[in-house]
Amino acid sequence: MAQATQAPVKNGEAPAAGDDRDPAANRLHGFSREELHGLLADMLLYRRFEEKAEEAYAIGRIGGFCHLHIGQEGLAAGAIKPLRADDLVITAYREHTQAIAKGIPPRAVMAELYGRVGGCSGGRGGSMHLFDTTVGFYGGHGIVGGQIPLGAGLAWAIRYRGGDQVCVCFMGDAAVNQGAFLESLNMSAVWQLPVIYVVENNGYGMGTAFSRVSVTEMEVRSGAYGIPAHTVNGQDVLETYRFFEGLAERVRGGAGPQFVNAITYRFRGHSMSDPVSGTYRSKEEVEAHLQGEDPITILRDRLMDAGLLAQEELETIDAAARAASEDAADFADASPQPDPSTLYDHVYAEINPHGRLFLDGRGGSHG
Amino acid sequence: MGGSSWMGGAAPMAEITYREALNAAMCQEMDRDDSVFLLGEEVAEYDGAYKVSRGMLARYGDRRVVDSPISELGFAGLCVGAAMSGLRPICEFMTFNFSFLALDQVINSAAKMLYMTNGQVPIPMVFRGPTGAALQLSAQHSQACETYYVHAPGVKLVTPATPADAKGLLAAAIRDDDPVAVMEGELLYNVRGEVPDEEYVIPLGVADLKRAGDDVSIITHGKMVHVALQAARALAREEIEAEVLDLRSLRPLDVDAILASVAKTNRVVYLEEGWPFAGVGAQIVSLIQDEAFDDLDAPVLRVTQADVPMPYAKNLEQLAKPGVKAVVEACRKVLYMPGTIT
Repeated sequence: MAQATQAPVKNGEAPAAGDDRDPAANRLHGFSREELHGLLADMLLYRRFEEKAEEAYAIGRIGGFCHLHIGQEGLAAGAIKPLRADDLVITAYREHTQAIAKGIPPRAVMAELYGRVGGCSGGRGGSMHLFDTTVGFYGGHGIVGGQIPLGAGLAWAIRYRGGDQVCVCFMGDAAVNQGAFLESLNMSAVWQLPVIYVVENNGYGMGTAFSRVSVTEMEVRSGAYGIPAHTVNGQDVLETYRFFEGLAERVRGGAGPQFVNAITYRFRGHSMSDPVSGTYRSKEEVEAHLQGEDPITILRDRLMDAGLLAQEELETIDAAARAASEDAADFADASPQPDPSTLYDHVYAEINPHGRLFLDGRGGSHG
Repeated sequence: MGGSSWMGGAAPMAEITYREALNAAMCQEMDRDDSVFLLGEEVAEYDGAYKVSRGMLARYGDRRVVDSPISELGFAGLCVGAAMSGLRPICEFMTFNFSFLALDQVINSAAKMLYMTNGQVPIPMVFRGPTGAALQLSAQHSQACETYYVHAPGVKLVTPATPADAKGLLAAAIRDDDPVAVMEGELLYNVRGEVPDEEYVIPLGVADLKRAGDDVSIITHGKMVHVALQAARALAREEIEAEVLDLRSLRPLDVDAILASVAKTNRVVYLEEGWPFAGVGAQIVSLIQDEAFDDLDAPVLRVTQADVPMPYAKNLEQLAKPGVKAVVEACRKVLYMPGTIT
């Protein structure tokens, strides 16, 4: 059975989420029973959704690259659920569950993975380019680190307009070695932008351990730019939630940019073509994390230990997660492929009345 | 010089520099739209590396005229991110040569965003700055960068050659809902010309016939318009009337104007500042042979920079740059005239 206190947490500013259970008041770590069940339901949905995507990939319903978030669900729920609806999230390409957490319906995410018109990007983006600006989800970016300056720009726009939203910009641990990261942190500090940079530190950039490509610890990477660093255990969704809840309010209040090293672990390969364990990490290592650091079993056990979750309730919640994932796949299956006549749509927002925009002799009707 | 027929009538004009015209366009657009801001290296307190933004910090304040760190990738991406949120950034590169550091954000983010979001996220922004060679700036500061931008669907590109075009095209670029690169020229900033005082916008995608002629078409863009006009004057001394078609906008491309000129003269020379391999001229030649093959009386020739990095030594630089003499020779060749002028 999983234990709640495994992951190596250093310098965390959030209070430890250990022994503050209050069964009499039906509360744990300040969360009500309903809120706790909600977080469990969220994470189980992410898990079942990704398992369904894995299955669909295996039978060819999903193509291209497909990066699963299994093992890292505590961060999707814990970092995004505390945000306001009008806060902004931008991220890299392991983003299916983050998109759902911010409010894109699972149906629209799955249909996008299937490349169908019902997808949140109309089938034009795919797994790595999920977007729905109506819920504040700005992608879905495929170049490591490429989303970081964009996140700074979203935060710039918030400040420019005098708004009080925050932008949460996720990245993998390998992205901190990109120049885009360094430049963006510096600009964010100079201009005191309302942005929280979150490293989903699962220890590996594809198959390369972080320690092999950095002689410094993750925590020190933002210090050179004057940006406060925090470390949080991303496998503990309650700690993570409380931490981001507080941090978002501080940034909203003018605390400036923040850097969060969120410790997590990827239970699947880098992408669907990468085995779970093998050349760069051992079976034993993966097994140890599966046993001790599954964010879902950690929460489940804590709730059960605290008398806040019955077996039947768990089964009901899980059944709903499975049903929603099945429903998403059914929806995606039924959604049509994009109409071939739309190939040239949305290359340009403005089709100028003069001149030709497409030089291939095929897009003539568009300019 | 052919005027811009768009305005018609007799609008009040002033003779100003190309630099001042760009400044006027930015001020014109910043006055009418608070979502427009200027960001780049040295644009605020220094008044711009080439003084294009002179006085704008005092006029608009540091919220809207912003000095950036020397971080081309970072600040270009920040501007794209701001545009994702609906602002209209003017991102100044001190030269487009430096924008190679930023090309990931130009191509992977700005150009592709609208498409991969299925139309949800337009990028209404401008990348601007000088392109091409000045005088003895050597290999890394002299490159014509048009090809890199115009290659990507999703990007628009204009190359004003005159002060009036600078004002009108930059204004149109700022108002356009797509990412538009506005490529200027260090050697153009001091060029003077008549520019309408009033609000002035030239639609993208409209070429301008800078000189009419019946014998041969010199089609070109940007700074090379001036070389083409000099060549046309030299040819006129031999009683050859060359017309000079300034494309002004490479994407959208005024194909009708190109085809009309080909139909009129049946002989074409494409002049550009960049390298020949996969250059802008290669696209124009392809277009003409696709759509106007029967109008041609001679193969289309290109005059480009020599296919070498720009050398520093003055004599070698002169050899590498496309000049009047090479244009005249190319025109004589497509006219099947023997010999060359000296």
